[in-house]
Amino acid sequence: MLLFIATPIVSVTVQSMFTPHEAVFLTVETCTPFKCTEETTIDQEATAALRAEQPLGRFVGLDIYLDRGHLAISEVGEAWASSQNWTEFLASLSNLPFYRAMSFTLVFIFTVTPMVIVLGLLIALAVNSIYARLRGVVIFFSLLPFVITPLIGALVLYWMIDSRGILGNLLQWMAGDPSLSLKASTGLMWVSLIVYGIWHAAPFAFVIFYAGLQTLPQDQMEAAQIDGASRLQRVRYVILPHLMPLVMFVTLIQLMDNFRVFEPIIGFNAEAHATSLSWAIFNDLGGETRQFSSAAATSVITIIGVAILLTPVLIRTWRDFRRKV
Amino acid sequence: MASRAQSLPKGLRIALTSFIVIWLIMAAFPFIWTLWGSFKVELDFFSIADWTNAITGARTEETHGSPFTGAGYHGAWVEEGFLRNVINTFIVCFFVVLTSLTIGTLGGYALSRSGYRYTFWLLIAALIFRAMPPITLVAGYMLPFFQWNVWGILPTTIIVLVAINQPFTLWMLHSFFQNIPKELDESAKVDGCTQFQAFRHVIIPVMWPGVITTGLFSFLLAYNDFAVTAMLLAEENRTMVPQVAAFLGSTYTEGNVMFAVASVVSATVPLFILVMVFQRQIVSGLTAGAVKG
Repeated sequence: MLLFIATPIVSVTVQSMFTPHEAVFLTVETCTPFKCTEETTIDQEATAALRAEQPLGRFVGLDIYLDRGHLAISEVGEAWASSQNWTEFLASLSNLPFYRAMSFTLVFIFTVTPMVIVLGLLIALAVNSIYARLRGVVIFFSLLPFVITPLIGALVLYWMIDSRGILGNLLQWMAGDPSLSLKASTGLMWVSLIVYGIWHAAPFAFVIFYAGLQTLPQDQMEAAQIDGASRLQRVRYVILPHLMPLVMFVTLIQLMDNFRVFEPIIGFNAEAHATSLSWAIFNDLGGETRQFSSAAATSVITIIGVAILLTPVLIRTWRDFRRKV
Repeated sequence: MASRAQSLPKGLRIALTSFIVIWLIMAAFPFIWTLWGSFKVELDFFSIADWTNAITGARTEETHGSPFTGAGYHGAWVEEGFLRNVINTFIVCFFVVLTSLTIGTLGGYALSRSGYRYTFWLLIAALIFRAMPPITLVAGYMLPFFQWNVWGILPTTIIVLVAINQPFTLWMLHSFFQNIPKELDESAKVDGCTQFQAFRHVIIPVMWPGVITTGLFSFLLAYNDFAVTAMLLAEENRTMVPQVAAFLGSTYTEGNVMFAVASVVSATVPLFILVMVFQRQIVSGLTAGAVKG
């Protein structure tokens, strides 16, 4: 098992430091009685030999991390030096692929996560207070958006918000603008991706919170009621503290899942407006020229990002674990 | 149940019920709509003239003589050979579930019965793999696979999916086994069983709920995966999900989109049945992780 975890990580790290060999040039001087000309050709044999000898390519160290497609240190420095104020600096940053991907990913994480929690909590509270007989049906339909293949779920929504689809039509009618198209505007595309994110993940939060509500101690609720707490106060001071560990759990899972947002971008065909790091890797690996080094560098950056995201959680788990032992 | 003092006032009850109804429509309507639309022609499903066409199927009636048509399904299943992708998907899912459950049950049992505390490291591995986008690992697998000439075939993809899935499976089964009391093994051994016989005759009969739940989640992971299968499978070995993406990517001719719609509906049906049959296990699996983690 360790082998399967460690090997690919080592492999990407190594790959990210190499770049394909340049062709070997051969300079031949041909002299005629009158003058000498120099001719440069690609030495096919030598190039092939070099490639066979070192299949990984040339060692370039961290260069790939620093180039325009990734961290783009020099470009950022230039933008910093040349821009007068923050807005200008951010605008020039958003032209660089890495920072463009990061900006979408961060916005996605920090809008979807809280909204999923709020919506999930509301549904759980509402379902908990209706007739017990209907709960099975509600849970069944609620699970559908969650278990559906992410790409397929994204496509289903995408077809509906198409300007010729039903939701697209509805939006056009509501806005009174028959040329309105969600695909054309970056802002609207981000909104629809976020809506998809919420639609996909809310059932998960709902199921977790609903299970938590079943373990709610009834005597505390009654005690609060006798003390004169209103319905809202009971939710605020009894139910929410009881569910707090679950809220933390859902937040953690959501942070991880939203960080790797990828399928909806493919499904919504939104590359032009929104990208994420996973999408960048996919894009490098696919296509006709498979850019392994570039993809590997992005992968390593992503892994570091995940590590940063997970560190506080890991430290907490470690403490809990030590306490239990 | 709820006493009279706890019963809801009428206004609140109506508000809550309508909220749930709105949520249900949000959750279910896209699927119903796509299912309905998959029996139409493209001009109806994406109607420029009038959105009610998508419900009544006016253009479909003009073209095919009835408001419903199986043209999309015919195109996807017969012309494009979607059946091959379906078979590939089920081969991949079957072997992923089988392998990860075999390793998971044996390994999980061993870990839960051994004295050393592996739990923390298992949990860490499960967490890391849960957090890591699978595609970052794909980048690492791809170049070696090309060099060993094993790229594009089903077995390597199955191995990669199992590897990505294994820490999670192991952890989940491990916690299920921990709930089976040790006294059960011990009494079996007192009665003269060897360690393996104790596992075979005493533990296996009581472990099924855990195994089924874990198996469901491995199945969902293998079935829903796009990044790994799209990158590691050659065109003739594709599973369903990358094939749907390919329908959209290839030449955009009229009607081709309907192939994609039809195949999307076809790919949703197994999941629908799965939720219907195993709803209880899915919910218990989700919550088991939450309560312990």
